[in-house]
Amino acid sequence: MTTSTVAATPIADRPRFDCRDAYVATLAELARTDHRIVGVVNDSVGSSKLDAFKKAFPDRLINVGIAEQDMVGVAAGLANGGRIPFVSAASCFLTGRALEQIKADVAYSNRNVKLCGMSPGMAYGELGPTHHSIEDIAWLRAIDNMVVVVPADPVETAAAMRWAAATEGPAFIRVSRMAVPEIHDADHEFVPGRATTVREGDDVTIISNGTVLWRALAAAEQLAGEGVSARVVSMPTVKPLDVEAVVAAARETRGIVTAEESTTAGGLGGAVAEAVVQHHPTRMTILGVPEFAPTGSAGFLLDRYGMSPEGIADAARNLARA
Amino acid sequence: MSALAAEHATMPVLGRLAPTAHRDEVVAHVAEAARQIRIQDLKLVHHAGAGHIGGDFSAIDVLATLYGAVLDITPETVEDPERDRFILSKGHVAGALYTTLATFGFLPVEELATFLKPLSRLNGHPNRNKVPGVEANTGPLGHGLPIAVGHALAAKLDVSRRRTFVLVGDGELQEGSNWEAMMAASQHELDRLTVIVDRNRLQQGATTRETNDLDPLDQKAAAFGFAVVEVNGHDHGELLDVLSAVPHRPGKPTFVIAHTHKGHPISFMSNNVAWHHKVPSRDQFDLALSELEALVRN
Repeated sequence: MTTSTVAATPIADRPRFDCRDAYVATLAELARTDHRIVGVVNDSVGSSKLDAFKKAFPDRLINVGIAEQDMVGVAAGLANGGRIPFVSAASCFLTGRALEQIKADVAYSNRNVKLCGMSPGMAYGELGPTHHSIEDIAWLRAIDNMVVVVPADPVETAAAMRWAAATEGPAFIRVSRMAVPEIHDADHEFVPGRATTVREGDDVTIISNGTVLWRALAAAEQLAGEGVSARVVSMPTVKPLDVEAVVAAARETRGIVTAEESTTAGGLGGAVAEAVVQHHPTRMTILGVPEFAPTGSAGFLLDRYGMSPEGIADAARNLARA
Repeated sequence: MSALAAEHATMPVLGRLAPTAHRDEVVAHVAEAARQIRIQDLKLVHHAGAGHIGGDFSAIDVLATLYGAVLDITPETVEDPERDRFILSKGHVAGALYTTLATFGFLPVEELATFLKPLSRLNGHPNRNKVPGVEANTGPLGHGLPIAVGHALAAKLDVSRRRTFVLVGDGELQEGSNWEAMMAASQHELDRLTVIVDRNRLQQGATTRETNDLDPLDQKAAAFGFAVVEVNGHDHGELLDVLSAVPHRPGKPTFVIAHTHKGHPISFMSNNVAWHHKVPSRDQFDLALSELEALVRN
């Protein structure tokens, strides 16, 4: 676990960024220095913001059409041929439609394929539960030999991609389209299995990642005004989990809230709960999306499921005062 | 060495003939390899008490031709990035692949006795991280063809002459992923990709026609942009000529419909759906072995 400093500006007031921009910039940067890097898409050039990449590397953006099973199999075959494919597709279709290919062709075959789930979680808002990707983390976390990364900001997205390109083996990286403030310093190092304490605190701990992390920080800012000291732990890799950071939170604070853009069954909350019950039982509240959501924007729906800064603060306060 | 291992080890390991060998010699070499692979596979399935002998025997002539005379892969070049690739999509005939690999020296012949035994690396479906020569961990159907397309794309990006061969079952073509991959293969003009269909017309419990008919398979493949070739999948000369000659049309991937029989050439197994994954009794084992031993060499 590492610790970073917290900037003075309230997190909610900072400028916000679409992580896909960092994604495409980093992919191009990687492709320029390593000829093995290729993009693989299912007609998702626009939704993955890959137009510029396609222009710069026309031969190295492989569009298989609207065919996710083929897309992931093709990526495994490209890896067999020595390439490093970054598969870029809406997370709901990538993980749902091609789950068996992800299991057999990528993870079990131990192929050097990077699965990049674009616009995951609730990002598609009003398009509804067919397009929400809240199950992806639970599904892929259950697969052996798969690293599951949920970056919280552009810096972490780029850092995770650089790590993935440099590290042989399968990985799943979520790339959010919901605008988020920068949380990490530009030189932030991504290490799988390592959490970062982004805010110190000793009354209660909030463990989060992805687009919800800034909301957790905003909650902690609110709680500080009430005299409640909330630790905020960024957990970018749901697998491998930083068990040590979880145990420290369980031991040193009065309880743990997890908050994520994912189902409450088997996501980050489930992973943290597994660590807690086996190593240091404590009280927990798991925030996430527990059902097929009704119509609404992504932000509206996250708020509805208790993940507004106020909602997360409520959950943390309840544990701190229990 | 266990008695079983010793029994497997009685078979010689075959190599490749010199590139200058006459076609007739190559065909005879492949035929003898196929005969030996079947004998090994019969023992393998009988000893393990499990396996897919019908599909194994259906595919063995294709495997023997590929490894005996077509693929640019030897035990020494199995990790060479420029090797040809062979992907066994019908992963349930792992036994046939293991016996083929053992026959050509990729793994010790005596290890075949461990097939399906606890902790053996010879699982019921192949694992590339454990067995040299295996390119993909197949087993679920409809996976090999997309992987082969991906490899062929990588070879094209590399401007390499290496070829990609994938063996699919005919029943397996009921999986939609194959047709996704065939569209992509055609779109990208992957003419160094060859799909070989083990067209034995039988799936697990019935004929393909009774289940979800594939015909007219040749017209379907042609409509998907492939150069289609039909061969007798048990005729080593035909297989050698067709598989050595790819691409058959510039710019088009090749689709070889290999007409085969499950259980070929055993009298009581051939074209009999019951032998999808039946295990021979001692008497059946003896009879099958005697039939294989009686096959005239050359």
